[in-house]
Amino acid sequence: MGSIRRYKWVILLGFLLLISYIIKPDFGLKAVNLTWYNFKQMLSVLPPIFIILGLLDVWVPKETMIRLMGKGSGLRGGTLAFLMGAAAAGPLYAAFPVAQMLLIKEASLINIFIFIGAWSTTKIPMFLFETSALGMGFSLSRLLLNIPIIIIIAILTLKICSPREQLAIYENAKNL
Amino acid sequence: MFTFFLYSTAISFLVYSFYKDKKKTKQALKKGYKSFTNILPEFLTVLLLIGLVLSLLNPQNISKLIGSSSGILGILIASIVGAITLIPGFIAFPLAKALLDYGAALVPIAAFVSSLMMVGVVTIPLEIKYFGKKLTYTRNGLAFVFSILIALLMGVMPWVV
Repeated sequence: MGSIRRYKWVILLGFLLLISYIIKPDFGLKAVNLTWYNFKQMLSVLPPIFIILGLLDVWVPKETMIRLMGKGSGLRGGTLAFLMGAAAAGPLYAAFPVAQMLLIKEASLINIFIFIGAWSTTKIPMFLFETSALGMGFSLSRLLLNIPIIIIIAILTLKICSPREQLAIYENAKNL
Repeated sequence: MFTFFLYSTAISFLVYSFYKDKKKTKQALKKGYKSFTNILPEFLTVLLLIGLVLSLLNPQNISKLIGSSSGILGILIASIVGAITLIPGFIAFPLAKALLDYGAALVPIAAFVSSLMMVGVVTIPLEIKYFGKKLTYTRNGLAFVFSILIALLMGVMPWVV
């Protein structure tokens, strides 16, 4: 029963997909194809990510991560978090397991939010591509505007979190 | 390219780790497998959502929605479309460029690009699993507001286009 409940949304959406295929075959087929395409995409990216994360979990001591990105790591920790996020080229959903890893190793929440923000929007590997499509004025302005915004969002998100809720996030990461 | 980099990193780490300590390596793989299976239902949910949403909001429909709208409503529509869709940059940037060439205003296009990257409506089930409801909605809500702000600021910068 437990596994059916865990997969209730998958079952529900799969059912929706089936109905849409019966009612509107061309739409349903497109949705199935897109899901399948993304499924393959995701399956090709996730295994190495989880292998790397598992290895980091057993090899990197918590103390190292606390020193680098924990509470009191200051500007250096924040910069490191930003660079880690910005260096990634993967889609946003791949950032969350990495964030979980950082939580387990007790990086500070503000650094984790900075990491998520940088991963989502300031992608160094995409920068040249963005520049070639939309011009340096567009890409550079967006990048420079995004840096303070990422920090502001991180601070505001942290502000709404009570100390108890913050603790709960760390606990949740350990149990996932 | 990214995938190739990921696999070569994972494999070389794995080989090195196995050479150093077999037991630890086994433990690492177990941990990785466990966190993967724990999150699998949410991942599959997100996949199905992407499939359904992107069939509705394909590049043609996005162009229709953003290209023809203007004013404040246009900016709002563009950011909502960006927030809901999840398309990689190598499709989104050329699409934005094509829309601009076609005569779309800069601010809605910038709002689309910004919210596309910062806000992830279809990935919300996954984000909630890791960060809880409150944080997830706050982050996405703030990202939505700020992506409009970024677009408006880019609209007054003469060097942007």
